[in-house]
Parts: sequence; structure tokens; C-alpha cells
Amino acid sequence: MTEFRTPEQELAGLRRRVLVAGLFVVVCLAVLAARFVYLQVVKYDYFHTRAEDNRIALMPVVPDRGAVVDRNGVVLARNYAAYTLEVTPSQVPDLEATIAALGEIVAIDAHDLRRFRKLREESKRFESVPLRTRLSDEEVARFVARRYLFPGVEVQARLFRDYPQGEVASHLIGYIGRINERDQQRIEEQGDSANYRGSEHIGKTGLELSYEADLHGTTGVEQVEVNAAGRAVRLMSRTAPVAGSDLELTLDVELQKVAEAAFGERRGALVAIDPRTGGVLALASMPTFDPNLFVDGISVVDWKALNESPDLPLVNRAIYSAYPPGSTFKPFMALAGLASGKRTPGQTIADPGFFNFAGHRFMDDKVGGHGTVDLHKSIVVSCNTYYYQLANDLGIDAIASFMRPLGFGVRTGIDIPGEAEGVLPSPAWKRERFRKREQQRWYGGETISVGIGQGYNAYTPLQLASALATVVNGGKVFRPHVVRHVVDAAGGRRAIEPQPVRQLPLEPEHLAAVKAALVDVTKSGTGARAFAGAPYSVGGKTGTAQVYSLRGSRYVAGRVAERLRDHSWFIAYAPAENPSIALAVLVENGGFGAQSAAPIARQVIDYHLLGSRLTEPAREDAEGMDEQ
Amino acid sequence: MTIERRFRPVNLLRGLVSPIDPVLFAILLALLGYGFVLMQSASPERLPALATNAAVALGVMWLAARLSPQRLMSLAVPLYATGVLLLVAVALFGVSSKGAQRWLDLGVTRIQPSEIMKIAMPLMLAWYFQQREGLIRLREFVGAGLLLAIPVGLIVSQPDLGTSLLVAAAGLYVIFFAGLSWKLIVPVVLACVLGIGAIVGFGDHLCQPGVDWYGLREYQKHRVCTLLDPSQDPLGKGFHIIQSTIAIGSGGVFGKGWMDGTQTHLAFIPERHTDFIFSVLAEEFGLIGTLVLLATYLLLILRGLTITASAPTLASRLLAGAITMIFFTYAFVNMGMVSGILPVVGVPLPFISYGGTALVTLCLGVGILMSIQRSRVAAQGGGR
Repeated sequence: MTEFRTPEQELAGLRRRVLVAGLFVVVCLAVLAARFVYLQVVKYDYFHTRAEDNRIALMPVVPDRGAVVDRNGVVLARNYAAYTLEVTPSQVPDLEATIAALGEIVAIDAHDLRRFRKLREESKRFESVPLRTRLSDEEVARFVARRYLFPGVEVQARLFRDYPQGEVASHLIGYIGRINERDQQRIEEQGDSANYRGSEHIGKTGLELSYEADLHGTTGVEQVEVNAAGRAVRLMSRTAPVAGSDLELTLDVELQKVAEAAFGERRGALVAIDPRTGGVLALASMPTFDPNLFVDGISVVDWKALNESPDLPLVNRAIYSAYPPGSTFKPFMALAGLASGKRTPGQTIADPGFFNFAGHRFMDDKVGGHGTVDLHKSIVVSCNTYYYQLANDLGIDAIASFMRPLGFGVRTGIDIPGEAEGVLPSPAWKRERFRKREQQRWYGGETISVGIGQGYNAYTPLQLASALATVVNGGKVFRPHVVRHVVDAAGGRRAIEPQPVRQLPLEPEHLAAVKAALVDVTKSGTGARAFAGAPYSVGGKTGTAQVYSLRGSRYVAGRVAERLRDHSWFIAYAPAENPSIALAVLVENGGFGAQSAAPIARQVIDYHLLGSRLTEPAREDAEGMDEQ
Repeated sequence: MTIERRFRPVNLLRGLVSPIDPVLFAILLALLGYGFVLMQSASPERLPALATNAAVALGVMWLAARLSPQRLMSLAVPLYATGVLLLVAVALFGVSSKGAQRWLDLGVTRIQPSEIMKIAMPLMLAWYFQQREGLIRLREFVGAGLLLAIPVGLIVSQPDLGTSLLVAAAGLYVIFFAGLSWKLIVPVVLACVLGIGAIVGFGDHLCQPGVDWYGLREYQKHRVCTLLDPSQDPLGKGFHIIQSTIAIGSGGVFGKGWMDGTQTHLAFIPERHTDFIFSVLAEEFGLIGTLVLLATYLLLILRGLTITASAPTLASRLLAGAITMIFFTYAFVNMGMVSGILPVVGVPLPFISYGGTALVTLCLGVGILMSIQRSRVAAQGGGR
């Protein structure tokens, strides 16, 4: 470099350097070529899969949930489309500011915000979360005009569940709610995860829960091409969803309304069954609640009001609460006596007004007793002494083994969830129920109490109604059911349990003797006043249950006096000749059965036999008869 | 008669065509054609603008090709001086965009003075060495280094790593061809190789938050670290590299077909009409398409180096060599970053990426090569 070089030397030097540069270029481009071969040939399969994963997304298409209609086609649960305001938080730069600005356009209250925050925590990064549901048309218009101001916010049409009857039959219909972790777990255990992709709601109680598999339907799937922002840009293939099946009930919602109205402000339950089919005509639990509150997540205030009310509106008393049956147990005891041969219809006892057993005096209601009492009279006047003796003669094991096939102390298997078993007392039950040896022992005196429906006896209104139906239909035991048909999307109908589960070996003359007595209860006995002037013949029996609970009831100051009153029972069936309804009514703390429960039964039977027959089209009768 | 001849259409055509080197022009048209085909797929709404840019760029090329290398040399000092002054102006009154101050707002349009330096730099150094032909010693190289360092320093401080890299490379190529001693080149190249090796080898430690890289901004550090491990930040900074690599790899040997690239058309490829247009090509035309492009660039560079080796004067040799190697640098850095072997530094794919300024600058370079090639033909013709 320091020595002088000729232009020729310089040129030769430069040409060497050009050659070096050329080699360098070739080497670098060869490195690139090798890289391309590596990416495009060696790793082709890997990157091909990555690109396909990128572009294709499977989007679930949620099926329409099935509707629920009563026996006359009155809608009890349905879907309707409404607009929701949905936010995709990952696409919103400043969430708080956006929500504040949205609040100027549509009403967003504290409840909406709480729900939004909760849902946002539960949802995945790219999912949209509803901020406001059920926008009015005006709100939709206001938002759409300003949509460009809100990236990541959209109005979506969604289907909502609606219970148009409101509080009527809410325990029976139940409600849906958002799928929570427990639901998710159950879905996974049942292997239904694929079918619930995209579903946001699931049945929580009532029919919505027990018929979830039918109501939900089959989720469809869309194969869509998505862009880098996750937006679907092209539909590639589509498997249509299959809408959920509709439920046609045996329930008569008008009858249900009559029953619920008849309770007024009182607490209690009513179950009315068609004894020919086991179909439930009415199933009321009072007080009731509005299932619509639960659909989008119930507010804290509403939840507190329902959950902390001393009236326990969320409890389905008709199938979950077990009460001592009181004197409504006597007709069944009478049948047990006849069936065992320990009694004949004509056999009489002398009632002194009490029954002595092991040094203890069991009292009759009537001071001085009812005099000479046969089986018929024992039911009509509700004579305790007759049944003290009968229970003693039968013994507890014979009573239990006669009652169990009738459904006492056994779940009936009704097609709504949450049924209680009740208590059919027996030495075996007591051994299982209590831990201490002295408590496990069965005393003879306890048998005497069981004979008049007190003691450990505890049954649900459903169990009583079902047992009565079995007695009046000649011994057929049906699984009580609320759903008559499941109607799938293609119109196919699946009938629910039209056949009896079993036939009990009850003698017709035994049944006739008891039924004749039950009819006279409403003519001249304890139920006569409630059914005075009825243009049909009806069988019934009053009952009064002493208040105490095996579960221990909550002490609520101020209502103690009322809550200590006896529960009032009435069981009835009509028309006596060919019964189409058998029911059990319980009024909590209603006092003597004839006072409060019997008038409710009267109103329901009146409507069923007179009111509904007058307004119902003849066609419905024909359908009802099909089930036999 | 001479007047009549002059106005005959054939001669007009000859006048138009004579400055053009047919080999370079054919290669250039091939590249531009490739660019149009890709733009139709990547961003069809930009086709009219691309056509305008290409027309302007070809006009500039033609004008440059018509000038003699001597005329070009006479522009070296004013162009360089103007460039440096404008860079100073940018530093003082420039407009900021995306965290970098690169533009001068002239009211009607915004210009990016650093682009001018891509041509002004090699031109200036070529002129500088021409003035000292036969007397080039270490002192001259130090002077050249200073001339290079001033604008590069100004561009780095904007900051614009990509352009400063290209300008520095342009100057270094001139210095290399001017005959800088291998004793100096070899250690520097070794140091660079070792430095890159250290970053790759100890990247995990160096990329920890809080580790300060002297002289580099946080975003530049992030780019290097993301290159080392794109999966660390798949939805943020690593997204570009991951998605463009997927696009290239999923193209396979034959590609997905023109306009059928899913990565391209579903917007997974970022900047698909500018810096990342190569991944569109690789996805839709596959390995065959990428190798054809590599071959085309190789032809361009070999033609440029041929012109360099046979250029008549020192200045034209240095200038031709530097411009040719600049083309190479553009192509290599762009394809390297898109395919994930170099950090993302914002260098376009030459003659193909959308962008008027870069296209004009590149075509100006082609025009200068043509001018030098023509002067050689003239010199040889004169000698006979």
C-alpha cells in the first residue's frame, strides 16, 4: 500500500477484489438458498400444518333450544332473538374509557358491569363478552350510528330463554343459566364437550335440567377461514345444527294457575295426577319465583331476596319437602288391614276415646270416642282409636312392607330432579337412621303413632298423590311424569311412560270399601263442607300433621306462632266413578285439613271437571284418552 | 439532410435506446415484472401507484444512463454536502413518526434525506479516491472513514438502523474496492463474526430485561432477541418472523399458486406489500419462485461486477462496485430477515417492495451502472 503501484497493478488488484466480492455474494446467496430449501422442503409438512391451523377455525353453531308447551299447547318456555352489546376486550385499547363512552349511548347499570367483569374473567382472550343484553331498537340504532368509535364492540343477535308464564309452575319448568365450572365438569364426564362447544347456557333445575339432553339439540359446526385478527372471512363447509326437541307436557297450565291462585299467600304444595296415566296435571309449590331472573345470571339483590326468604320460595315443596301425612294415611292403613286379613269391612270396634298401650293412653280427637266404629266409619269420621288398634295388630314390619309398594318412602321417579325419599318408618329404617344403640331400638308405641300418620312418617305431596292414584285406578303404579311427548326437530314423537310400572295385587272389594268411605268423607264426613253442592262425586280425606321436623326447621322470630301450627292436608280424587284426577294438597301451618287444604282441592277439581271441560276443545280430551 | 436524419423515428428510437444496457435492462424488467405480479396478489389497490413509481424510476434511470460518469462525478460533492446538510436539518427540525425522526416536511411533501445518502455516499467516496489516484495510503482511508462516519452517525441517531446499515455498507464497499489492506479487513470481519457469535451463543443471558446494550435502543435489542427466539413473543414482536416463516415454509416446492397464498390473503403476513413481500412470493410460488428470484439477483450482481472489472476509470470502478454490492446487500438482508436468519431491520426487497423513494434510488443506481458501461464501450471504441 505504501509502495507506488502502476495503474495496471491497481486494476489487477481491483479485479482480485471484484472476484472476492463475487465469491462472497455467491456464498451468501447459497446460504439463503439453503435456508429456503430447509424451510420449504425439509420443514414443509410442519409449516403446512401451521398455515392450515392458522387459517381454518371450527366454529360451533349453537342449536335452538327446544320449547316447552303444556297439554293444550300453551307456551311455558321459549326462545326469542334479542340484541346484545358485546365487547371483545383483547381488541379494545382502553376498556374502562370504552365502557364509560358506551354508557352514554346505552344504559349500563351496576348489575351489567358486575356480570361483565365476572364473565370476562371466565372467558378466553379472544372471546366476546356481553356487556348489555336485550337492547331496545332505539339503543341498537344509537350504537350502530357510532359504531366506528368503538373498535372491538359489536351488536349481536342472540337467542334468549323466556318463560312467558313468569312465576307459574316455575319449580316444575325450572330454568337455564350460564354454564359454570360444575356444569362444565359434568359435561366433560358425560363426554358431551363437543356438543356444548359454543353453548353458553344449560338447564339448572326442573324440566330444563332433567330433559337437558333433549332440549339442547345437536351443535352444528362451521369450518371457516379466519384472518389474522381471528375474524371469519369465508365459510368453507357447514354442518347444520339440529334444534333441541320440544316438550309437550301433561300439565294443564290453566289448572296450575287455578291451584296457585287458590293458595293465595299461604305456603304449601299441590300435586294433581291423572290416575289413568300417571301424567301430572298440576304441580304447585308455594310461594314460587320468576325463573326469568336466572337466565342471564341473577342479581345479588334478587338472589338474596329469594335465598334468604323464610318462606323458602326456591324449595320445590311438592317433591322435596316431606311432611307427616296425618289422617290422610288412614285409607292406606285401612287397605293394609283388609289385605292382611286382620280386618274385614264389617268388623267393628268400640271406641272409648282412647287406646291404652304399655301404660300410655293414646287419645282420640273426639272426647268420649266415636262409639261403635267399622272400617267405613273410621275413615269418614277419621277415628284414631280404630287405627291405633289396627297398627298394633299389624305390627310395624307388616305396615312398612304394605306401604312400600304403594310408593311411600320411595322416590316415585318423576321426571323432574330433586325428589326426596320421605320416611317410611320401620325398625330397619331406625337402625340405619340413628347411630346410638338406645335410639336404634323400635318401641311398640311408635307403631301406634305411625298408624295415624304421625310419628316418624314423612312423605312428599307427590308420594301421597301418587299413592292415591294407585288406589283409585285399581292398583296400577305409574311413574309420575310431567312430559307427555318429546317432539324432535323432525317432528318425531317419543311418548313418556304411558304404561304402568307395576300392578299391585289389591282386591277390588277392598278397594271398593275404602273408596266408598272416601266418597262419604266429602258427603257427610270431615270434607263435607268444602265439597257442599259439588255437581260431581268426589272421594277425599283430610289430614292434619303435627309440626316438627326431622331436618330441624329454621327459627324465625315473629312468625313462630304461625309456624308452630299444624300442617293441613287434603287428598282427593274425582269423578269418583271413573277418576281423571287424583291430588294431594298441603298447606303449611294451615291447621285442620278441612279448613284450608280441602277448599283448594275443591277449586282445582271444579276447574278440572267443570271449567276446563267447558273451555277446552274436544280434541284435547281425545288426545288425553290416547294415553290409556 | 442531417436535420432530416435526426428527425427520422428510427433515429429518435436509437437516441432513446442507446444509453440503455440491454442486459441490465432485461434483468431490471424481469424484477419489476415479478414485483407487479406479486403486488397483484399482495395489494392490488397499489398497482396504479406502483406503475407510476416504476415509470418515474425508469425515467430517472434513463437520465442517469445518459450522463457521462464524469458529469456524475461532478455532482458528487454538491450531492453529498446537500445530503449531510439535510440530515442535520432533520436532526434539528425533523418530523417524528413511530419513535424515529427521519423526515423533513417541505410543506408539499415529506422527504427522507437518508435515502439520498445511499447514492451520494459511494459517489462522494469514489470522487474522493479518484482525486488521490496513485497516492492512496492509510491517511486517505482515514479521511474516507470520516466522510462515511458523519452521515452514518446522523442516520443512526434518528434512529434508522436499516438505512444507516446500507449507507455504511455503500461506503465500506468503496473503501474495500479502493484497496484497503487485508491486514485491516480480516481482523474487523473476524471481530464482527465473533460478536454475532457471542450474541447467538449468549443470547439467553443478554436478552434478559435490564441488560443494557450500549449504543442500541431497546427496540433494536428486542429485534435481535426476537430473532434469536421468536416464540418468546408470538403475538407481539415475534409474530412477524413466525408468520413470514410459516408463509415461506408452507409454500413448499411449487407454492400454493398465484393469489392463493393463505398467509398472504388472510393478513397473517405483516407489511406484505413492502418489507415482507418476499414471503408472499415464497408462499405462492414455492422454492422454485424463490430460487428464480435468487438467480435473477445473482445475474444482476454478476453483470454489475463485470461492469466494475472493466470500467475505464478508478472512480467509475469504485462506484460501480459499490452500487452492485448495495443491490446485493438489499437483497441479502431483506431475504435473510424475512426467512429468519437476520434481525428485522427494515430493508426493502430491491426492485420489488412497494416504496417510491427506494425504487427511484435503486433505478438511479442501475442508470449509473449503464452510464459506466457505456463509457467503457465509448473508451474501447475510441481506442480502436
